[in-house]
Amino acid sequence: MPMTATQQVLARAAQRESVAVGDIVVCDVDRAVLLDMQFNSTAVPWRQPNHVEHPQRLAVVLDHGAPAPSLRDAAGHRLAREFCAAFDVPHLFDIGRHGICHEVIAENGLARPGELLLCSDSHTCAAGAFNTAARGVGGIEMLQVTCTGKTWFVVAPSIEVELTGKLLPYCEGKDLFLALARARGSAENMNLEFTGEGIGSLSLHDRRTIATQCAEVHAEFVLFPADEVVLAYLADRGVHDVQPVESESGAEYAARWTLDLERVEPQVAVPGKIVGNVTDAATLAGTRLDQCFIGSCANGQLEDFALAARVLADRHVASGTRLIVTPASQGVYLEAVRAGYVSAIVEAGGIVTSSTCGACFGYHMGVVGDGEVCLTASTRNFQGRMGAASADVYLASTRTVAASAIAGTIVDPREVADAA
Amino acid sequence: MQHEARTWTFGDDISTDLLYPQTAYALPLAEAAKLVFSANRPGWSDLVEPGDIIVGGRNFGMGSSRAAVALLRRLGIGACLAESFSTLYLRNCVNYALPALAAPGVLGLVEEGDRIHVDFSTGAIENRSQGTRLMAPPLPPALLTIIEQGGVIASLEARGLIPAAPTGASAP
Ligand code: SF4
Repeated sequence: MPMTATQQVLARAAQRESVAVGDIVVCDVDRAVLLDMQFNSTAVPWRQPNHVEHPQRLAVVLDHGAPAPSLRDAAGHRLAREFCAAFDVPHLFDIGRHGICHEVIAENGLARPGELLLCSDSHTCAAGAFNTAARGVGGIEMLQVTCTGKTWFVVAPSIEVELTGKLLPYCEGKDLFLALARARGSAENMNLEFTGEGIGSLSLHDRRTIATQCAEVHAEFVLFPADEVVLAYLADRGVHDVQPVESESGAEYAARWTLDLERVEPQVAVPGKIVGNVTDAATLAGTRLDQCFIGSCANGQLEDFALAARVLADRHVASGTRLIVTPASQGVYLEAVRAGYVSAIVEAGGIVTSSTCGACFGYHMGVVGDGEVCLTASTRNFQGRMGAASADVYLASTRTVAASAIAGTIVDPREVADAA
Repeated sequence: MQHEARTWTFGDDISTDLLYPQTAYALPLAEAAKLVFSANRPGWSDLVEPGDIIVGGRNFGMGSSRAAVALLRRLGIGACLAESFSTLYLRNCVNYALPALAAPGVLGLVEEGDRIHVDFSTGAIENRSQGTRLMAPPLPPALLTIIEQGGVIASLEARGLIPAAPTGASAP
């Protein structure tokens, strides 16, 4: 049977000729990324392994609470450093060299075509932009992978997502994803494999936002093709000799979704969840905002800073509204400073924090208070996600959030010149 | 593997942010467990009795990888059924040895408080309060074995791969 791209990764990692939907396979994990939350949990305290199967395949990233917002986080960071020292883990992204795991994975060329990558953050499918089969698993499963190098998967059916056309100048990968979720709904227990000529026109920035966000339609693995854009990005990071996967002709898909990028309009997800909750930005015009947030693994990239700076230049964040912008890594931060994006944002009355997951999951540096309304370009809009359970979290593109911060209410980005 | 107990029902799209709110992160396990569903169902954790079964709607456990199942285990939850699961959450159930079964139609079978009997190896679910039945796809034997062996931590301990007790001081 011809295999889909995802099946080829799983078959190779399981050392099998082939795999089929429904098979349970035990795979060798090519790359395992541990996070600070692994080491600071009070509910499931860290146990330093007696044995690590493949230390050279590990990376440890301090990102969710960085720099340490509490004594507990500081103690966790210490345990992470001790673990890396004890087992000669080659990649420790310690405070100062840190960033949000998915950004750090990308920037350091750790997401490689055709490989299998696991991390305990649920948006690990982000690495799918690099043709890497990647997913989030629980903390104790990461401990198992650390000790044994292996874990199991039930081979899921795949959906082919064919993209055609080109995004309009005022739309982003975020709008594309929201439009796809709006049109097609949930992909639970399914892999998503992106195809079509529309991909070529999408920047890696947009592809990474889209791959990341696919966690919000509950996808398993998410794969983009390894085209020349991906290969050039990796080559810049010294990664050559990769083994990309693409679907074999005749491979079976459970469904085929198509999306014409030209028809994508600025979208907003209303509070609670994404699927079944997406509407045109214009229909929410006038919704008053206490906080606007641009950041996270989905939209804390350098391109997001460039977009935000362009919209905010010579303007001011509305009084009564606060704008928080968090770079996805220290690398992004540095480039954003050099390019003048940080000063443009600060001059407009916004706050630029150091790199962290922070506000994305209501942990620190932008926790949303009781009854407040937030518009975020991060990954999730669940009840309680960014702080108070009574807060309302709307989710949109970087352009829409920046334009709305100026208005103090949700606006279609076309309402603000330069956002388009 | 079989289990019988009374049920608590929940709707679709129950997220791990509801199961394990970030306000619980700094608390020890016992106190963190009290905050399960504190946003959507305040007071629920006080009413749970050992063995109780959660019956959820579609996509139960959606969202983050956080150790929500450890909190449910601490409350004494004996099994988790749902119309469908987020697979990340289902992996956590298996790894924390909480028997779980995706059972399309189960919310139609059960009213909150009913006693049900679940056979995880055959997929048979019997509502003992109402005398009704539902067949769900069974849990694959490979996953049942992990649960029966006590989950990932027990198995890593048994193989000597991790120490029997936590490392270092991670208490707040
Ligand atoms: S930014 Fe948010 S979604 Fe991304 S890795 Fe951090 S917590 Fe997860």
